[in-house]
Amino acid sequence: MSALQARALRKRYGDLEVVNGVDLDVAPGECFGLLGPNGAGKTTTLRLCLGLTYPDAGTIELLGEPVPARAREARSRVGVVPQFDNLDPDFTVEENLLVYGRYFGMSRATVAARVPELLEFAGLAGRADARINALSGGMKRRLTLARALINDPQLLFMDEPTTGLDPQARHLIWERLRRLTQEGKTLVLTTHFMEEAERLCHRLAIMDRGRLISVGSPRALIAEHIEPQVVEVHGSGLDRWLQQARRLAPRVERAGDTAFLYAADAAPLIAGLRGEPELSFLHRPASLEDVFLKLTGRDLRD
Amino acid sequence: MRWIAVWRRNFLVWRKLLVASVLSNLADPLILLFGLGYGLGALLPSVAGMSYIAFFAAGTLCSATMFTASFESMFSGFSRMHGQKTWDAILYAPVTIDDVVAGEIVWAASKAWLSGATILAVAAAFGLAASPIVVMALPVAFLVGLAFAAVGLIMTVLAKNWDFFSFYMTLIMTPMTMISGVFFPAEQLPAPVLAVAQALPLYHGIELVRPLVAGSWPTSVPVHLAVLLAYAAAAYAIALYFARRRFSA
Repeated sequence: MSALQARALRKRYGDLEVVNGVDLDVAPGECFGLLGPNGAGKTTTLRLCLGLTYPDAGTIELLGEPVPARAREARSRVGVVPQFDNLDPDFTVEENLLVYGRYFGMSRATVAARVPELLEFAGLAGRADARINALSGGMKRRLTLARALINDPQLLFMDEPTTGLDPQARHLIWERLRRLTQEGKTLVLTTHFMEEAERLCHRLAIMDRGRLISVGSPRALIAEHIEPQVVEVHGSGLDRWLQQARRLAPRVERAGDTAFLYAADAAPLIAGLRGEPELSFLHRPASLEDVFLKLTGRDLRD
Repeated sequence: MRWIAVWRRNFLVWRKLLVASVLSNLADPLILLFGLGYGLGALLPSVAGMSYIAFFAAGTLCSATMFTASFESMFSGFSRMHGQKTWDAILYAPVTIDDVVAGEIVWAASKAWLSGATILAVAAAFGLAASPIVVMALPVAFLVGLAFAAVGLIMTVLAKNWDFFSFYMTLIMTPMTMISGVFFPAEQLPAPVLAVAQALPLYHGIELVRPLVAGSWPTSVPVHLAVLLAYAAAAYAIALYFARRRFSA
């Protein structure tokens, strides 16, 4: 049985099909990533799965409960880390957890017993009495994660869990999320950090304009969609060099004054570039980001 | 019964900020009560068979309850809903928007009731409400609080920004305070204006509370209670409709 299953999900706002026929299957214990540019429909998809927004069409089953019909029952076994922190600024770190547990119908004693462990997990053990405004961005994020775990959920939804964090804070969150996966929790996260998706997710779906355009493991997506080697080239005389180099690369993309050459074997390209002192180049293995840009395009989404 | 957790959250915040909160809710009405009551009261032998300050105390009890309920459900409610996104966080839990709306309205009514009850206690301490039947003003104050909390919450769930509330405050609440018998008997108003007052909830709260302060039973009790209950129930339903539309669309 799936931890989360969605079929033919649709949601329209005005003339815009924000979610346009999405199917999802997330297995128990899996870390599943929803990747897409801004406005792709990721957040709306999460809200639909939680029963916070009603779909125009389609069915959802979350932890065996039909959503939105029994969304409240489903949510009692689910945790949510939203894109923007909405901790309670009037309460301390500890009070935030104590008050939040009550929304799940947990007794004061049950919540209080869970708090030390959660503060430990969030790396906030010495900060129980700190005010929310005194916390750094990373601490707030970790507290939001701890808050989402107050009911010991089976499944955790995270909307861009590390956006806006510095590398240290981000790595700490990743480490904690891996720990949760090891404990057997199911994770569903949205992100537009390819590195995050590659490191954490067993499987990903790339979403654009309300549709899932590709689903698979990070490696499988790279193998399926992109040549394994990339050479990025820029400098004067690029156009002249490209005319004869094109036959060495099956696929070439231009973005401003940089050319991206994708090939199974980059050696002939690099050999050619050694004789071009005017051109700078970078040779690297293809990544998920290349897949993402190939599938969703290089245009800005604002 | 998850709405109680929402009520409790607001109660806990209030308890942390107790002194400032109580002071701001009570200072204004009490200063007005004693300032106007004794100052103006000295010029007036009696109004509607009671001393002006006792007359005005009954009106102040109701208007302070109305203002506390309205401010809590509008300004504080909007801050929780829009500024802090507290409602969003609550809705990830197994709590629905219906619970949040109910919790917010009952909370604002509770806080308003405390304002009304404190003013009543002060009035009693100054000998302005001598009869024990004045305790019946306490449930009336809660009902007044419910009605205005619910109406205020309609404004909150419709509001796009803070300015939205000034229309309701300036165009409805302030004139209503003037014509509902807070400062002077509403019966001396021209008939059409009195009819407007009678269509609004504050007048009915005052019609119930003022005789109780004077030590006698009010008349037409079912009518007054029915109007207050109808406002509370209808406004609750309307607030719920727009809250669902705002949050689940």
